[in-house]
Amino acid sequence: MRAMWRAGLAAFSALIVLQACGQQSGETRDISDADREYQHVLMEALLDAAPGSVIEIPAGVFVIERGLSLANVDGVTIRGAGMDETILSFAGQRAGAEGLLVTSANNFTIEDLAIEDSIGDALKITGSENVIIRRVRTEWTRGASTDNGAYGIYPVLTTNVLIEESVAIGASDAGIYVGQSDNIIVRNNRAEYNVAGIEIENSMDADVYGNTATNNTGGILVFNMPNLPRPGHGTRVFDNDVFENNTRNFGHAGTPVANVPAGTGILVNSNDDVEIFNNRVARNRTANVIISSLHSAGFSELGVESDFDPYPERIHIHSNTFEGGGNNPDGMDLQALRIALFGPTGRIPDVLWDGYVDEAKMVDGTLPDDLRICVSGAEVLNADGPGGYGNPRIVTAEHDCSHAPRAAVELPF
Amino acid sequence: MIRALTLLAAAFLLAACGNDAGEPPSRAPVDMAAWEAETVFHASGNPARLEDWGQFRIEDGRLVLAEGVVPYGLNTALFSDYALKLRTVWLPEGAAPAIWHDTETFDFPVGTVITKTFYYPRGGGGFETVALELDPNAHFDGAALDLSAVRVIETRILVRREEGWAAIPYVWNDNQRSTRLARAGAFVDLTLLEAGGRSGALSYQVPDVNQCAQCHVTNAADGQVRPIGPRARHLNGDYVYAHGEHNQLDHWREAGLLTGGPASAGAPRNAVWHGETTLSGMALEAAARAYIDINCAHCHSRTGHARTSGLYLEPSDPVGPAFGVCKPPIAAGRGTGNRRYSIVPGDSQASIFTFRMETVRPDAMMPELGRSRAHSEGVALVAAWIDAMAGGC
Repeated sequence: MRAMWRAGLAAFSALIVLQACGQQSGETRDISDADREYQHVLMEALLDAAPGSVIEIPAGVFVIERGLSLANVDGVTIRGAGMDETILSFAGQRAGAEGLLVTSANNFTIEDLAIEDSIGDALKITGSENVIIRRVRTEWTRGASTDNGAYGIYPVLTTNVLIEESVAIGASDAGIYVGQSDNIIVRNNRAEYNVAGIEIENSMDADVYGNTATNNTGGILVFNMPNLPRPGHGTRVFDNDVFENNTRNFGHAGTPVANVPAGTGILVNSNDDVEIFNNRVARNRTANVIISSLHSAGFSELGVESDFDPYPERIHIHSNTFEGGGNNPDGMDLQALRIALFGPTGRIPDVLWDGYVDEAKMVDGTLPDDLRICVSGAEVLNADGPGGYGNPRIVTAEHDCSHAPRAAVELPF
Repeated sequence: MIRALTLLAAAFLLAACGNDAGEPPSRAPVDMAAWEAETVFHASGNPARLEDWGQFRIEDGRLVLAEGVVPYGLNTALFSDYALKLRTVWLPEGAAPAIWHDTETFDFPVGTVITKTFYYPRGGGGFETVALELDPNAHFDGAALDLSAVRVIETRILVRREEGWAAIPYVWNDNQRSTRLARAGAFVDLTLLEAGGRSGALSYQVPDVNQCAQCHVTNAADGQVRPIGPRARHLNGDYVYAHGEHNQLDHWREAGLLTGGPASAGAPRNAVWHGETTLSGMALEAAARAYIDINCAHCHSRTGHARTSGLYLEPSDPVGPAFGVCKPPIAAGRGTGNRRYSIVPGDSQASIFTFRMETVRPDAMMPELGRSRAHSEGVALVAAWIDAMAGGC
């Protein structure tokens, strides 16, 4: 049995049933009266962009029928008149896997516009340095739905990335997702009604602060996945409001986030050097914080490259404010665990850990101090994944330790 | 006579309402002299028409290759909505030959022009009706393409300039005698006639210039556009030239197009595959790997755009986790098809790999560009290969 994640056959069949029932919760923006001519102007502008070009997009709702792309040009700025004024609608998209794909474009800025209802990812930026995404809204206007595209704001393989004051709504994977990148600041954004609100994956040195993550399935995720060209570590998650991330999981079965339990506040999976502090974390019904390893994610060991390190290490959780949550965890296993340990009205403690430890690194039966999961100001439940969830127990005292504060991320712009 | 009139009327109707590129339909009278008589290397800019390059001329209703323009084929080719492709290469007078490379694209000299013309056999009925044909050289005799038998959609130019390769797409006008530059791409709505009289709508997409780069920038680190086909393993096979059949690598070396490398018998060679679905054993393995190579590996390599996925599909990659075996997806979204692993040995129906080849949803399909239809023969090939694998996940 896999108590922690939704994986396994039971969760799988539950998902399929959910999908069969339909997922639509609202209506997509009606674009029948929107402008259809401007898209040609914008496509030409993107093709003709030269170093230093500023592409200004006026206020209005513009229908875009094929994926836009900008490639191999540095110093370009794309600027709208505001995230509620300049709207690129892909509701009638016929081709292209993204709304806007930006490839190998250093010193790139996009600001003050919205990308709505793309078939796939809304804004993907790949292989670029010095990227600023500011006051951009990515949204699927019908609300949470499995029919929505996967990612909202999606920089991957980037260096020096700033995402600020942006809004991501309705992504069927992650609203704001930074993958395989270095030196990252994600601040003062709002992520709502996504499967994952904000996700940092296989990335180095990220600061995630001042954000609001609510009504997602999981609020803020810090992940490492196997088989990628590079693992990541080193993330600070602080000063965020992470509350009521209780939306049922509407991810596509088979994706890693489809296994995240509804009601997850902050989730660290197989990642190291993560400092979580000064957050206000409230009323996430499975658990306010989950620390887990890939072992709990329900994947075949056959498909994991042997050099992958699945154990979360050097985690430091402190100075957060917790309220409620853990009262109605997603999935039968966790529900049974809650009732067995804490009674019918009890709740899962604020920090839920699957209990996997790298035994190869143990010295005299314990992990060196340097590698430990340290928690202060919150109760910790070890779910005993390695023991088949046979002996779940409160282990708060064992995690009474601390690590040196991580340094702030600094961007060169 | 009546049929011809109907065709003509249909062509006019199409010209009036088709054309998604936002450019005015071509109503200019056909000007044969517009086809440049001499091959030209344009060292910069985007010439307005394919005619300006002098790589072809139109003669007696045929698209004729200019002097020195050499046609070529690939052992196994990229699928592009069943379009047939006439590929050519031309090096300017006096240019040094391209330099051999064992695995990568040959190093062509400045001035090289490569063309790829996408066409379908006409299907009878309207101008928009085209026929499915698996013979890669249908209606091309080694020197000319019979324009009365085909509908030509587009010709893409890759030109090697001082600063690197440039990709320049041209769409053929409905008169089938002239072209126009289409940097922003186009949609061309067709009806594809299949075997057994079935037909289906086909929304053919001409890529825009940036989309060209999505496939042709095979090394994202340098951002350079490169040809994909002209590599030893794709070219190492026989081609039916106007003067007879000949190994392409040998012919290129004899014609001064290429220098270096081992004799063709000892050179890398991908399987020849044009849609056969009854293979097994080693032949199945070789054909599947050749298909995955030319259809997937330009992105799914350690330097390509799909390196973010950690799925590496080059011919030198072993069939292990990084090739997809029991590998969970990373950022596939809908592309999982509710399946858990890229390849489940022995079970293609549980493998994401085949789902993404079958679906035509733009956010889920693979390749991401260049098709609006599934390649049923290609899916069958890869599925058979996966089904023949031992084990599970």
